[in-house]
Amino acid sequence: MIVDALFSPFAEFEFMRRALVGVFALALGGAPIGVLLLLRRMSLVGDAMAHAILPGAAIGFLVSGLNLFAMTFGGLIAGFSVAILAGLVTRDTELREDATLAAFYLISLALGVAIVSIRGTNIDLLHVLFGDVLAMDGATLMVIAFNATLTLVVLAVIWRPLVVECVDPLFLRAVSRAGAPVHLVFLALVVVNLVNGFQALGTLLAVGLMVLPAGIARFWSRDITAMLAVAVAAAAASGYAGLVLSFHTRVPAGPAIILVAAALYFLSLVFGRAGGLWSRLFPAPHLEA
Amino acid sequence: MTAVSQLTFDDLTLGYERHPAVHHLTGTVEAGALLAVIGPNGAGKSTLLRAIAGILPPLAGTIARNGLDPRDIAYLPQIAEIDRSFPIPVFDFVSTGLWRTRGAFGRIGEAERGRIGHALSAVGLNGFERRGIGTLSGGQTQRMLFARMLLQDASVIVLDEPFNAIDSKTVEDLFALVAHWHGEGRTIVVALHDLDLVRARFPQTLLLARTPVAWGATAQVLTADNMLAARRMCEAFDDHAAACAAPSRAA
Repeated sequence: MIVDALFSPFAEFEFMRRALVGVFALALGGAPIGVLLLLRRMSLVGDAMAHAILPGAAIGFLVSGLNLFAMTFGGLIAGFSVAILAGLVTRDTELREDATLAAFYLISLALGVAIVSIRGTNIDLLHVLFGDVLAMDGATLMVIAFNATLTLVVLAVIWRPLVVECVDPLFLRAVSRAGAPVHLVFLALVVVNLVNGFQALGTLLAVGLMVLPAGIARFWSRDITAMLAVAVAAAAASGYAGLVLSFHTRVPAGPAIILVAAALYFLSLVFGRAGGLWSRLFPAPHLEA
Repeated sequence: MTAVSQLTFDDLTLGYERHPAVHHLTGTVEAGALLAVIGPNGAGKSTLLRAIAGILPPLAGTIARNGLDPRDIAYLPQIAEIDRSFPIPVFDFVSTGLWRTRGAFGRIGEAERGRIGHALSAVGLNGFERRGIGTLSGGQTQRMLFARMLLQDASVIVLDEPFNAIDSKTVEDLFALVAHWHGEGRTIVVALHDLDLVRARFPQTLLLARTPVAWGATAQVLTADNMLAARRMCEAFDDHAAACAAPSRAA
């Protein structure tokens, strides 16, 4: 019976299988990016970037309706522009990255909602804001899988300077000129994955499958490699459980996925082995040395 | 044998937003020198070291490095901007010292692992390989930074107050490394405040108080008159200072 509830939705319905593959791909690409956002103290930057892609996607919508390719393309352009502009403003002025991004993302969000409202209905706006993981077609799935693959390959290439820039930026600056380009490439990867999540989760929740798994991972490991594994597993598990939950209830798929991730997050917050609340409240006896 | 000058300062002025922190410094550091840079707080010691490492461009004048790329200079900042909460083990952190030979993609193979292990034992951090960098004490962190510098294998080494808030045993161990580097003919510039250590161990000293007060053999620099002169130099920027009138060749 329970087995039936857990597996039959995917056995019976193709759109559920597509959605499952889609969220697994999102987990593979997005969760590692989320971990790096967390370690670079940029979780809220990721959130801001998610809103920044909205006007581009909205212009895509304006030009060709609810066409995911046009909206993705527009989102990429808008996201890159804001990422690069914010990066340049941060590097060349005294305004910090958080302040710069806050300004850019507020402008983008207002612009995006305005553009969608001009042409579309409230339902279109809802779709743009919250996505629809169950409506993905095969081509969309290919785009998502491609982006996830691209993310993993590029991360592997820039991994070493990216990590050193987090731990000891001054050292990287002393031994190499890779710092600035690596930072920009990383921002680009953030945009790619937000646009990716945008298809399934919408502009407001896309960052959820990146940031929440990273937070979960932080409570289970103090080693970056293990954190990546935990984050990907947590994101994939949230995706699966969220789809099942959504199938059996009236909760839409996007919020269901994020709510499952949130539940895992709170469980980790309490029971996590690496600094969870439980181990703080009821510490094990101290060691001899 | 005539000494080769490794670092040559020519009428060098360094500073922030036009205010000089090091004013009209001229002189040379010979290859293989062990130079102490001393002076009161705000004298421009850190500023000079940052400029040597190529992080701070001069306001005027030049630094010649005898053909050395600034990136080949090992530089230890006074307050390392290390994110100690980053989840990375000591071994991996120290391995970044091999950057100039391994770069962003080079493999860390058996030989490199051996060198990293040697560097860790040289600073007395055996057994700390898999520990997270956040678990180290202040002295251990400094030892770890020295291990990374060992791997950098640089011919010019610049240390900014490396022995601050470090116990005497650690200072002794770390200075032994400095002495060893000196013995290998590397050029070493160290900013510090411990005058006893300077007298005992450093052949050359530069006394800086924004303008250079004295530069030469340590015994001749560390005189009561010089120290008094250095202390008198004011520390604060004057917001209304006029442009410097001293003849200066633009950088």
